[in-house]
Amino acid sequence: MSTQSTYNYKVVRQFSVMTVIWGIVGMLVGVIIAAQLVWPQLNVMEWLSYGRLRPLHTNAVIFAFGGCALFATSYYVVQRTCHVRLFSDALAAFTFWGWQLIIVLAAVTLPLGFTSGKEYAELEWPIDILITLVWVAYAINFFGTIAKRKTPHIYVANWFFGAFILTVALLHLVNSAEIPVSLTKSYSAYAGVQDAMVQWWYGHNAVGFFLTAGFLGMMYYFVPKQAERPVYSYRLSVVHFWALIFTYMWAGPHHLHYTALPDWTQSVGMLFSLILLAPSWGGMINGIMTLSGAWHKLRTDPILKFLITSLSFYGMSTFEGPMMSIKTVNALSHYTDWTVGHVHSGALGWVAMISIGSIYYLIPRLFGQKEMYSIKLITMHFWIATIGVVLYIAAMWISGVMQGLMWRATNPDGTLTYSFVESVKATYPFYSIRLLGGIMFLVGMLLMLYNVLKTIAGKKAYDAPVLAPMAAQAA
Amino acid sequence: MEIMYLLVPLSVVLVFVIGVVFWMSVRGGQFDDLEGPAYRVLMDDDRPAREPTPDGLKDPGEESSQR
Repeated sequence: MSTQSTYNYKVVRQFSVMTVIWGIVGMLVGVIIAAQLVWPQLNVMEWLSYGRLRPLHTNAVIFAFGGCALFATSYYVVQRTCHVRLFSDALAAFTFWGWQLIIVLAAVTLPLGFTSGKEYAELEWPIDILITLVWVAYAINFFGTIAKRKTPHIYVANWFFGAFILTVALLHLVNSAEIPVSLTKSYSAYAGVQDAMVQWWYGHNAVGFFLTAGFLGMMYYFVPKQAERPVYSYRLSVVHFWALIFTYMWAGPHHLHYTALPDWTQSVGMLFSLILLAPSWGGMINGIMTLSGAWHKLRTDPILKFLITSLSFYGMSTFEGPMMSIKTVNALSHYTDWTVGHVHSGALGWVAMISIGSIYYLIPRLFGQKEMYSIKLITMHFWIATIGVVLYIAAMWISGVMQGLMWRATNPDGTLTYSFVESVKATYPFYSIRLLGGIMFLVGMLLMLYNVLKTIAGKKAYDAPVLAPMAAQAA
Repeated sequence: MEIMYLLVPLSVVLVFVIGVVFWMSVRGGQFDDLEGPAYRVLMDDDRPAREPTPDGLKDPGEESSQR
């Protein structure tokens, strides 16, 4: 049955370890800028000022931490479910080193002030080209592996990963169209409100495909594997996939409510955002119900705690998102900290927690171990991280709604009740709570790093042999 | 809003492409069995292989399982 060949675990190992490292770096920068909001005097030099560190934080957590987690898990899942080694080891190594180079270049150029000024796509044009090259290599490697699979069926997780890879390629190419004027400066190919539309068409689809579809791929593999239960309804997972990708593309304009964007475009954005609630909750219920009949495992298994809690946050933020896209709600929430709270409920609660759970699943398997060095430390990580997220988002909800109400309050004579600076002053206590929540989440990641290092220290890298699919499967 | 002349056709083309991929995968039998794949993923044992030792089978990660 088995040949001598092994799966390519090397690239999965590399990306898994870097997920933890970049997670710590990105969240540390987040903690620094949260502290700068509490104590503005911490803006000591221009390179370390809020305006330059904030894009570094978003790039580091989304593309370095989230990106490495997606590479690691997709390479693992596609090999295990297709029962073949990766299409090309050389391309795998290229995607790893290329992606790390991109991250380092981002960490150097953003503090130096080189930016194209497009949110979540700040990197300048030479780095954009490098991203394109790495992404093409990733796509060839992923779909090449699918093409030489030993099973007729393509597991649903791979559909999600595949959609994520293709869509991100398209988004990156359209949004990053720019005209270079020097090696370090370029201007967007679009202007004014056209540029804003492209920006948020990209921005929200990046949320939808980078931060959702890819991580749903993770969910559909690691939740059943860790729970040792088949996914609640495989049929629903297939419906979830097609419903999500058919309807996602047009949610972007909800980022531009009450702007120069034509009214009908805003309404289309709102409508599609509301529709998205259905597939999102379908997927969330499908993931959580996978535990039906095995709920007791939640009591003892902290990895499962991470995975299932992440799904609860996914459900919360995919309810909150459509609600905030309703124009009358958005009139209150837009430009306030509520948006920041919403993003972090998704980013810390959903994306980070599902990644952390998946990496805890992977690390022992990649180093020939039965389990992590310390299960207790994972449990501790889980509680610290969860309390951190709750502190963070609750503080931002309160501060956001308060800001919205203060900005719109008027006196009987029609003048504004509060000046802007009064609303800033009122948010101070909440910025401190947010900082505390962020520090807790970071401390959790440091525990994870220690646990990972202890697990792999002195252990040999392990490459599992390629297993032939079960007889029924090959038929 | 000239940008709509790019983005709207792009989305329409994309929906069409997704539709074709869906149609082809249904025709290709990808979704004929909507129960089995969920179980087959679980049958793939990805725990590190046991290495034969003089005193029987030994898990390579045994020493860490005490904690």
